[in-house]
Amino acid sequence: MNAPLTKIRPELVCPAGTPAALRTAVEAGADAIYCGFRDETNARNFPGLNFDQRELEEGIRFAHQRGAKVLVAINTFPQAGRTPLWHEAVAKAEGAGADAVILADLGLVAHTTEKHPTLRRHLSVQAAAANPDAIRFWVETFGIRRVVLPRVLSVPEIAAINAEVACETEVFVFGGLCVMAEGRCSLSSHATGKSPNMTGVCSPPSHVVYAQDGDELVAKLGAYTIDRTPKGEAAPYPTLCKGRFSAGGTIGHVFEDPVSLDAVQLIPALVEAGVTAFKIEGRQRSRAYTQAVVAAFRKAVDDHMAGRPIAADMTRRLAEGQTTTAGAYKKTWR
Amino acid sequence: MTDMTNTPATRSTPTLVMGPVLFNWAPERLSDFYARIADEADVDRVHVGEVVCSKREPFFADRLPEAIERLTRAGKTVVVDALALPTLKRERQSVAALAGLDGVEIEINDMTPLALLPAGRRFAVSPLVNVYDEGTLGWFAARGAWSVALPYELPTASIERLAAEGARLGIETQLHVFGRVPLAISGRCYHARVHGLAKDSCQFVCNQDPDGLEVDTLDGEGFLAVNGVQTLSDACTAAGDEIATLLGFGVGAFRLSPQSCDMVAVAAIYRALLAGSFDGAEARARLGAVGLALPLGVPMMSGSWPATAGAASPR
Repeated sequence: MNAPLTKIRPELVCPAGTPAALRTAVEAGADAIYCGFRDETNARNFPGLNFDQRELEEGIRFAHQRGAKVLVAINTFPQAGRTPLWHEAVAKAEGAGADAVILADLGLVAHTTEKHPTLRRHLSVQAAAANPDAIRFWVETFGIRRVVLPRVLSVPEIAAINAEVACETEVFVFGGLCVMAEGRCSLSSHATGKSPNMTGVCSPPSHVVYAQDGDELVAKLGAYTIDRTPKGEAAPYPTLCKGRFSAGGTIGHVFEDPVSLDAVQLIPALVEAGVTAFKIEGRQRSRAYTQAVVAAFRKAVDDHMAGRPIAADMTRRLAEGQTTTAGAYKKTWR
Repeated sequence: MTDMTNTPATRSTPTLVMGPVLFNWAPERLSDFYARIADEADVDRVHVGEVVCSKREPFFADRLPEAIERLTRAGKTVVVDALALPTLKRERQSVAALAGLDGVEIEINDMTPLALLPAGRRFAVSPLVNVYDEGTLGWFAARGAWSVALPYELPTASIERLAAEGARLGIETQLHVFGRVPLAISGRCYHARVHGLAKDSCQFVCNQDPDGLEVDTLDGEGFLAVNGVQTLSDACTAAGDEIATLLGFGVGAFRLSPQSCDMVAVAAIYRALLAGSFDGAEARARLGAVGLALPLGVPMMSGSWPATAGAASPR
């Protein structure tokens, strides 16, 4: 399988929560930017984030002038009775000149296929298409051009998928890490009534309460204690699946440690596996963070494509003190 | 690709459904369960098949035809469930084999079967498939879905709209009314992780917990339960007066998700609720005597679920 000449040059897909972050990411070397509208049609519906139509048009103009693409995420599941808001988002994205829309809901994909046939359609990770048959369904039925793969797959499984499917694949390489199949998790709903699928948020800050209890800081999400930290230790944000709980007589991180994803050293293996695009998570992060992460991954991808090794400490300072993991890409994670 | 033989949604009596057993019950226990449901339970429809973990599938495979036969002979409609998260080759083969079966109803738990089902083949859609809006419901109806079980986290307003839309389309809408609520599925096995094992060498430790393994907060409150790669609520949903509301919306079928209690008695209680013979308080009182070791909760549709659920009760 030694065929360096036919190696695909992977596309670096970078987050932009604001117009300023979009410009920053383009200038730092992003091949494509993904962003969303300022409402619940996208899965990063946080206060102060995202784009209105004019900002999107300007952002797309800026990116296109510099050879970068803009992908618009419309990847929540429409509320019954309110589907026009999601339909309008697709029309607005097309009108603004988006290079593709990233969709999760089957009904919205069907609508887009019918009403906007020439608009390129990517399948969001929230649709959780996790094997070649499911992907084939989306490609054959709706002309999906690229599937963002759920973070439950190992590198060999990703390679096997690419050998079978007739569309591009995109994988997450850095940032927040879902441990559940994305788009199939109602844990946040259970604790707060707000969920990624319905409202575009997970473990939202509006439901976080910190309280001192003796020598411990208690971090609660809704009514539930997600973690307790001794005085003086850094208290992690109470993301539900990264909390500490008691199960089977032991106390610990039942689902996942408070880690984030860093697959920079897997870039060669993922290129070899036929992945088309590498995605960086973090539309909610600062411009400085976006700049640093995009620049690091630009260099890592360029180094690899030029036959140079990827520096071992490439991303160490970017995780901001957090422990990182290669997640499901390594089979032992399971 | 359109199958116009959908089952009419307008029925005089609502349908009571025994959902698939989500937990790792021993083969003998499963056989006994289906035999008793066949002989004694007043339910219209019974789901069989493994949803959560393909590693459990071989244990019951040789007993499955007998269970189906017995349930069918007892007049129950049998529905065979597909896996929820097939990724391995053998898991895809399992789904393909199911998709190729004739003469049984099947329920999809993700989109994989849709690539494999022959055109025109009808199917049911489980609550693990994301049906949030009219567009998705309509697409499924046109593709051959005859029953769609709505996702667990849907608010009341969405249930009302989708039930009405289902009626307009001539398909059944269904809601989970009893049992721990499936909240998430993962590539990682939490049962194995809690026991210090990996998924590939799990020793099937999930068979120690017929209702799942409780995950409590550090304050000792019940919160969640794990079942292999699946995470569920700690509380066992037990809809009461919500049933009347759901009937008013036109929800046509009501799903009981098996727990390790007397499910024949649970079915009888829900049949009475559906008939209007009990109110919610009466049903709840009677559910106290079915041998259920879990706190009772209310459906997520209320929007105030965590506050009112038994999930907050100390253990």
